[in-house]
Amino acid sequence: MDRQSPHRMRSYLAPALFIAPGFILFLVTVVYPMVQAFQISLYDWKIVAGAVSTFIGLDNYIRAFNDERFWLALSNSGLYMLLTVPPQVVLGLAIAMLLKDKSPAQPLFRVLYYLPVVTSWVVVSLLFRYLFADRGLINFALDDLLHLTDGKISWLATRWTALIAICALGVWKGIGWSMMIFLAALQGVPRDLEEAAIIDGASRWRRFLVVTVPAIWPAMIFVVIMLVIGGFNVFASVIVMTGGGPAGQTEVLLTYMYRQAFEYLDFGYGSAIAVILTVLVFVLSAIQLRLFRDPTGDAR
Amino acid sequence: MKPVRHLRLIILALGALLMVTPFLYMVSTSLKAQQYVLRLPPQFIPDPVTLSNYERILLRSDFGLYFLNSLIVAVSATTISVLLSAMMAYGFARYRFPGREWLFRLLLLGLMIPAIMLIVPQFLLAKYFGLIDSLLGLIVFYVAGSLALNTFLLRGFFEAIPPELDEAMRIDGASDWTRFWRLALPLARPALATATIFTFLATWDEFAWALAIITSPEKQTLPIAIALLQGPKGTQWGLVFAASILAIMPVIFVFLSFQRHFVQGLTSGAVKG
Repeated sequence: MDRQSPHRMRSYLAPALFIAPGFILFLVTVVYPMVQAFQISLYDWKIVAGAVSTFIGLDNYIRAFNDERFWLALSNSGLYMLLTVPPQVVLGLAIAMLLKDKSPAQPLFRVLYYLPVVTSWVVVSLLFRYLFADRGLINFALDDLLHLTDGKISWLATRWTALIAICALGVWKGIGWSMMIFLAALQGVPRDLEEAAIIDGASRWRRFLVVTVPAIWPAMIFVVIMLVIGGFNVFASVIVMTGGGPAGQTEVLLTYMYRQAFEYLDFGYGSAIAVILTVLVFVLSAIQLRLFRDPTGDAR
Repeated sequence: MKPVRHLRLIILALGALLMVTPFLYMVSTSLKAQQYVLRLPPQFIPDPVTLSNYERILLRSDFGLYFLNSLIVAVSATTISVLLSAMMAYGFARYRFPGREWLFRLLLLGLMIPAIMLIVPQFLLAKYFGLIDSLLGLIVFYVAGSLALNTFLLRGFFEAIPPELDEAMRIDGASDWTRFWRLALPLARPALATATIFTFLATWDEFAWALAIITSPEKQTLPIAIALLQGPKGTQWGLVFAASILAIMPVIFVFLSFQRHFVQGLTSGAVKG
């Protein structure tokens, strides 16, 4: 059993050739920047040619922890995640359940719900900015049509209302995506189990909990984790709808990072924020994977 | 069961209406003159209808150039990314070698890090390679950003192809590349279509990276150009939406023509987790 036999070596050549081109690009353009982000975050980084960047240790991180605007941006990102992930999961699954049986209308509905997903963030952000304008359609519907609000709301002029508008966009644009994933997963629910449950006289809700949910659990984990990551990734909608305003009140972590880096050219501080965000996303993903590991607990 | 069925259709239709109304309103606004766009009560059917916004976008702006830039970037990045990802996915799915899982996990790491978090070091890297303010700079980093997801998606699909088929071709003397090109790729068409759509949509719409590295107006892609149409005061909404509609047409076309593949690909690839 010679492990280094020529045959063995040759058998590693094929996978190496298949993997190398993509992987080398990946190493250079993704992994190396990942490492470098840490490095930059420890420096007072100078972008100007010839200027010397000085090592300042954890100063950028300490600065972030004492920076009120950083905490505001972090809480806005967190709020965005909390306000957009549950509706996307619940509504996406609900629509998928309503749509799962083949019917003549199914393909049409699928396309209509998915339309916002394929539309550019910049375009839908502009569209929502227009809908939430002082004299826009939302105010018209709430005030003039339904009389739910007392007068017109300047949605994009205060922190909370602007966040609501931004979250409304996030949910509207994302529902189709989770619906599509759930719709695909629902095809994999075992028919015989479902029929057995019907024969046993299980109610719809019970069938959903006992048969459907366990069968689509991997899809559920996938959707939740991706949406949480996506929630912290919110950027274009904030830039376009409010520009982080009024007075930085709706700044989220990524817009704040972007401003530090490309407006104030403070690459070190920008990188520190990016690193904090990355760690946060990783920790959240790890916690979720652990929590979600077994849906039925002891029942399995 | 009849009433339940009707109720279901009604709920679905109401939901669909909520999804579609903003689009219809956007089309309507793009056909209005500026003095009508924020009028109350709003006009759902524009009166009078005007094509002047489209005329201004198509004839009196560089829209064609931005469109071409977006097309070049999205098509090149998608082609390169799907090819490289398919090769990687095949390598991971069909061969055993030391460190395979370790390498794959490194790739998954890339899946978990949103692209924009790497924007600062990637900017420095692009600067080092002289890729700032160039379409090539967009293409290279768009490929980089989509490799992990595509490889992940395609690997599951390649693993589902029965090894016996591979074995049979190997006995017939087919090389590794032939088996990949002639057997695995054709069988993986639905998953390839999914990867193609995902990548095309993502690159066509990408905003943050383009905003960071593109400085010359003649190199702007559509998302940047459209975002810049907002004036500091008093946006020309009709104009903005005429440009927006023209910009999202290709995306909607791609989605509508591929959507059968798309669902198939999702079913068999992505959900396996």
